[in-house]
Amino acid sequence: MIQQKIDMEATGQAYRQARQAVRRRVIVCAGTGCVANGSLKVYEALRQETEARGLEVVVKLGDDCDCKGDVFVSKSGCQGFCQAGPLVTIEPEDWLYVHVKPEDVADIVEQTLIHDRPVKRLVYVDPASHEAFEQTHEIPFYKRQQRVVLAECGNIDPEDIREYIARGGYAAAKRAFKEMQPEQVCEEVLASGLRGRGGGGFPTGRKWALTLPEPGEKKFVICNGDEGDPGAFMDRSLMEGNPHRVLEGIMIAARAIGADEAYVYVRAEYPLAVQRIRKAVADAEEAGILGEDVFDSGRNMTCQVMEGAGAFVCGEETALMASIEGLRGMPRPKPPFPAQSGLWGKPTVINNVETLATVPLIIAEGSGHYRRLGTAGSPGTKTFAVTGHVANTGLIEVPFGTTLREIIFEIGGGVIDNLGQVMPDGFKAVQIGGPSGGCLIAEHLDMPLDFDSVKGIGAMVGSGGLVVMNRDTCMVKIAHFFMRFTQNESCGKCVPCREGTKQMLWLLEDIMEGRATAQTLELLEELASAVQLGSLCGLGKTAPNPVLSTLRYFRSEYEAHIVQKRCPAGQCKALATPEILADRCKGCGACLRKCPVNAITGEKKMPHRIDAGTCIKCGTCAQVCRFDAIVGVN
Amino acid sequence: MCEKQNVACDCGLRKFEKVCRILDKYDRRPSKLVPILQEVQHEYRYLPEQVQAFIATSLGLSPARVFGVASFYANFALEPKGKYVIHICDGTACHVKGSERIKEALHKQLGLDDKKTTTSDMLFTVEAVSCLGACGLAPVMTINDEVHGQVTPAKAVELVNGIREREQAE
Repeated sequence: MIQQKIDMEATGQAYRQARQAVRRRVIVCAGTGCVANGSLKVYEALRQETEARGLEVVVKLGDDCDCKGDVFVSKSGCQGFCQAGPLVTIEPEDWLYVHVKPEDVADIVEQTLIHDRPVKRLVYVDPASHEAFEQTHEIPFYKRQQRVVLAECGNIDPEDIREYIARGGYAAAKRAFKEMQPEQVCEEVLASGLRGRGGGGFPTGRKWALTLPEPGEKKFVICNGDEGDPGAFMDRSLMEGNPHRVLEGIMIAARAIGADEAYVYVRAEYPLAVQRIRKAVADAEEAGILGEDVFDSGRNMTCQVMEGAGAFVCGEETALMASIEGLRGMPRPKPPFPAQSGLWGKPTVINNVETLATVPLIIAEGSGHYRRLGTAGSPGTKTFAVTGHVANTGLIEVPFGTTLREIIFEIGGGVIDNLGQVMPDGFKAVQIGGPSGGCLIAEHLDMPLDFDSVKGIGAMVGSGGLVVMNRDTCMVKIAHFFMRFTQNESCGKCVPCREGTKQMLWLLEDIMEGRATAQTLELLEELASAVQLGSLCGLGKTAPNPVLSTLRYFRSEYEAHIVQKRCPAGQCKALATPEILADRCKGCGACLRKCPVNAITGEKKMPHRIDAGTCIKCGTCAQVCRFDAIVGVN
Repeated sequence: MCEKQNVACDCGLRKFEKVCRILDKYDRRPSKLVPILQEVQHEYRYLPEQVQAFIATSLGLSPARVFGVASFYANFALEPKGKYVIHICDGTACHVKGSERIKEALHKQLGLDDKKTTTSDMLFTVEAVSCLGACGLAPVMTINDEVHGQVTPAKAVELVNGIREREQAE
């Protein structure tokens, strides 16, 4: 088939001209978070209102249209500040409107688009300092970040390949195919020091250089978009916000190892990411960027998108390949490594989404330029998903070497209590790297984060999920939560993982329900190291991490459960000891009326009491108390 | 085709017609088993046993192999699901922000538990899933892929009641 190849130079030029002819651009965030909060309704309202007010509106910049509009209304991928969504950005002023509702659109059009003023009531106000910020880059959440991989994510229309090209997209892939030899591509990436962002931190260039000399015509590149870590969504946001950049990284990887076929394996739970990456592949094929004779280099390149089917273990590379081959997603022992014998027995490279999205940057600007960010051992930036008990949740990107304190207190805005209010001394721990990772505590707040420092204290960067926990969190319960997750997701192939995680889960349940003895902890630790040593793949080897790291830092909390039969955070139902603080109780009677078993007694305007024998520890009283007078139950 | 064929048989035939179209789309390649099962499930909302057997025969695989794959992955349903499938996210972020209470509230409202996940009238299925990736809005639940963020137990019950009222009105 002879394709009509797109002229990248001319397309980019035409797009930039069209863009310049439009006075102002309004970008509505259409990432999953903002869509859930109704951003698509805001987008529709904006289109209607601008037209109704007689403004010349463009919704798609075309090569052929004369596009002399006043306003260009477009959608983007995730802008990162999920907490404040739906987000609307106004260019070129860089004004950011937060929590925008369709009712606000009339004001935006009237004040901003017609009278060139920001709408004051829609700008971000810092909840702690009450300071208002009009421009995006002034907001503390953005100010401390260095968005390099996410640079265009949230700014460009992810469904328009021409905008990506206009911003220099696919130039790095073209360079790799036309001007560089595969060895050079591998060397450049190796020199950049880029390490796999999926969790392991293996040098990407070395992985490629190992695969390149393998014999055989057929090789594969797989992009691992099966982000299964609970609490992580950076791969999702990249695939939704800038799918072409991921695709360009895949093409460069293919060039580096001599592959002509690639797979993108995306979680089925991410329908928007699947849709956008499918469109990106189709558009690139149509433009002749993918297909036969790529960039007139004489080489072919195809890419297929495959939806995962819901198995955490498929993040493990050998399991992922089994899944693509139509089998149960079970890992197999290594060696042989995928570099020698991967998909259908052919040499294969599997890289994470974020790793691949970083690659075009290295080829375009050179490894030296890339190394200026980050630390010597871990160059570059890392995206983190900051969630949990933190004021500003969302997607961030910072250089390696940034401290946890900067991330949580400056970018994240501080730790919050269960009602969403900032609690200055509420920090307890951060779970890093999902079920494979571990906990970081207050003493690690000033440690520069990178692959080696985090590994040094028994945790791992993993894919980059940071779940902040406040002091009302029970660490035994958190360890149990992760153990239940890995036990559920264990594929069952090897005994240490299948049976070991189950036994560990039961031991944790014994602790939470007050059946544990002094031997329980010993047994738990012994079992944890056996599972770590004996499991076949990464899932089992890392499954005990949350238990071991909570045991290391919060042993006293475990002991309180075992010895005193008490849950210090008041979270474990079986051990709860509800109590009414006499100095706080106003005797309003709210708890007394709601208690389903009449365990509360007391006279009006006098402190009430709970009868421990009758109480079923349901927690209803604590939920209805307006004075926070009931403790020991949640 | 004979018009007097009994209804059940006719249904059965049409069932396999659709499966055949999906199988042909993937050239009946055994390596495409996962996407084939996904598309078939999209069509029928679950993977009936006889359809699995039919797929196995068509691809030249053993029924055990197809059942093995279908039962391995979390997204494949071997039992029929309700009209509205509710997924409650139990990722770390949602968990620390109280997703369990939402599940408890819905279970109570709909008379379900961890074993019985679909209501008897086949209207609702309630399942906990590991992470939906919208952690910024925790706790999150989805109703037939529509995402609801910052859910409270009361809001979840309200959403379910709203759907039930609409269904009864129709």
